[in-house]
Amino acid sequence: MTKDTLAPPLKTAPPPPSVPLPPAAGLVTFDVSQLNIWFGVNQVLKNVSLKIPSKAVSAIIGPSGCGKSTFLRSLNRMHDLVPAARVEGRITLFGQNLYDDDVDATVVRRRVGMVFQKPNPFPTMTIAENVTVGLRLNGVRKRNLIQERMERSLRMAALWDEVKDRLNANALSLSGGQQQRLCIARALAIEPEVLLMDEPASALDPIATAKIEELILGLKKSYTIVIVTHNMQQAARISDLTAFFYLGELVEFDKTNRIFTNPAKKQTEDYVTGRFG
Amino acid sequence: MLRHFDDDLNQFKETLLIMGSHAESALAQAVQAVTERNDQIAEQVQQNDDIMDQYEIDIDDMAINLLAKAPLANDLRLITVAMKISQNLERIGDEATTIARRAVELNTEPQLKTYIDIPRMAAITLGMLRESLDAFVNKDTEKARAIIPRDKEVDAINRQLYRELAGFMAENPATIPRCLSLITISKSLERVADHATNIAQEVVYLCEARDIRHEAHKQ
Amino acid sequence: MATLHHRWRKIKSSIISALCLLCATIVIVPLAFVLFDLLKEGASSLDLSFFTQLPKPAGEVGGGMANAIIGSFTLLGLAALVGVPIGVLGGIYLSEFGQPQFNAVVRFAADILNGVPSIVWGIVVYAIAVVPMHGFSAYAGGMALGFMMVPLIIRTTEEMLGLVSNNYREAAFALGIPHWKIVLHIVLKTANKGILTGILLAVARIAGEAAPLMFTALGNAGWSHKLSEPISALPLQIFTYFKSPYADEKRQAWGASLVLVLLAISLNIGVRLIARTRAPHLTK
Repeated sequence: MTKDTLAPPLKTAPPPPSVPLPPAAGLVTFDVSQLNIWFGVNQVLKNVSLKIPSKAVSAIIGPSGCGKSTFLRSLNRMHDLVPAARVEGRITLFGQNLYDDDVDATVVRRRVGMVFQKPNPFPTMTIAENVTVGLRLNGVRKRNLIQERMERSLRMAALWDEVKDRLNANALSLSGGQQQRLCIARALAIEPEVLLMDEPASALDPIATAKIEELILGLKKSYTIVIVTHNMQQAARISDLTAFFYLGELVEFDKTNRIFTNPAKKQTEDYVTGRFG
Repeated sequence: MLRHFDDDLNQFKETLLIMGSHAESALAQAVQAVTERNDQIAEQVQQNDDIMDQYEIDIDDMAINLLAKAPLANDLRLITVAMKISQNLERIGDEATTIARRAVELNTEPQLKTYIDIPRMAAITLGMLRESLDAFVNKDTEKARAIIPRDKEVDAINRQLYRELAGFMAENPATIPRCLSLITISKSLERVADHATNIAQEVVYLCEARDIRHEAHKQ
Repeated sequence: MATLHHRWRKIKSSIISALCLLCATIVIVPLAFVLFDLLKEGASSLDLSFFTQLPKPAGEVGGGMANAIIGSFTLLGLAALVGVPIGVLGGIYLSEFGQPQFNAVVRFAADILNGVPSIVWGIVVYAIAVVPMHGFSAYAGGMALGFMMVPLIIRTTEEMLGLVSNNYREAAFALGIPHWKIVLHIVLKTANKGILTGILLAVARIAGEAAPLMFTALGNAGWSHKLSEPISALPLQIFTYFKSPYADEKRQAWGASLVLVLLAISLNIGVRLIARTRAPHLTK
């Protein structure tokens, strides 16, 4: 395996006073401080600071172009792949600075998984191969381990029962909702600690969306989840905390029930009630 | 499909039902304090009123958080109906407290007469309350509808008792304090019956999505 | 009045359709004539001896082009050995790696090389291979043809890789897979049928080239026993025989031409068959 310069996560960290944490947590997964991101000359994120707690779902809402996806992708260094992107500021994952010079981005991405808006299972691979690709291409050889992880991930993604008899079928033979759950299983197979989701259900029908939401509610016991969504009811249903972004700035970050029943800032209230624009 | 939201809804319903059983026992104990002339029980009822108030606040809080998730259809009606039921239950608690206070007052003087009507009203009212909550749990709209006519019985007993006590007061002014307390108690029980009727009407709305309030006026 | 306009529109439409049909026919007709002629003149020459015997000395009747056929395939094989790795790797580099400016230069160079006349390739390889090796050889011929394939394969490989949706690359990066593994196991695997198509098309293009072989492979009346010897090839034989006064040799030249055209046609059919089995994700 390639060098892993990120030490295991800290066992304890004092809860930061400025941000309310959900009851059972006490750990902070991401500590974002003065994050600024430019694409070329455009500044897309301005001085964003917040602390994302562990084993909870944090939702990111805001109108189009407000920087939600940009923010999400900075958490697993996906902007490294975009030459025009410039990231300044500090993001720590379990206390370790993600953007340090000696941190290997591929290792970061194995600890921080990502699921995208459009389901993208690899088209030349079967269902089983898709789930295990992250393990196999990262050097894992033991067949038992691969098999076991595959079943476990598919169960966690609530897909096992539907595909267990056709694991060798091509991944594209699944429906859209099933493909997205396959992508979630694929991300979970490498056992990340964090799951980033960029509008995971927006391309799906209501039933598939409901299944994904139930899945997320089940996963949050074991994973830190950050989800970007443009569906506010979805954010209200599944998240513990919600961050509202507008024009690249973090306007408000608070417990979900506060944001949706009594937000502190008028901007948030206007957006949430649909009085924007 | 089993939803995490269903867990939240069940917890919400449980909380309401616990509040309901608190209301039932408060009322029963208050009446007991009158019929058995027991000051201790009366004291207890008055102290427990805070619990009912807190439950109403908790239920409204839970309801708002559930509503933020934009539930629809049955779930939506359940939450709004539960909020109204909790309001009615809280008022029942207040009436029980009033009855308990009157009981303490009555116990400072000898018993005026054998209590017949008050226990009768109490039995019917408690029955109405219990059955309205049962109907809520079981989504039994028939049961709920059956409760509504009984309100008239309670009203009749209340009027009759009022006339009787008015007669007492006219004949013997010394009985006025006790008669007034009894009239208050009777009025409270009549109001509890109204609240139980409201609960029954809310249950009908939950089950049938039909609003049957105020239909009596139209007839 | 409305009916008249309606009718005029219909007439106009029919005229234009007829013109389009005419143009299509004009394109196909030469091809049809060529094939017809080839078949007429050459089909009779394609007997067993054509495929199994060596050419007879000038003037004698009979013989075949066995060595030219084997030679052509040998040269195509050598060309593929040269052209495919350089072309595919170059295409991969342009698509997956590299800086925008550098890539633009490479693409520009490839486009220019595409336009270089095939005979110039022959002369260049003469200078760099034949002269140092002190002789004509299959190696030199393969090298010339291979270099001709490179610009074609680079461009088609780059295009096919470009058709692979970026979503797959993103998903693979998000799994923490190293870049080179992503290219090899995911991108390449997805585009492999398309790349194969590009290679086959490049082979079809160079299969019939005579000019670059004239100064490199030279040709051989008999069998070549070593790849460092001159080797025969169908285009070369056609060139030699068609100039000849002997009717029999001309006849064989027609046969060889027919073989070449059939080879090109079957390669193209092969390409189309591969395209049909392509997974739906690439046919946009």
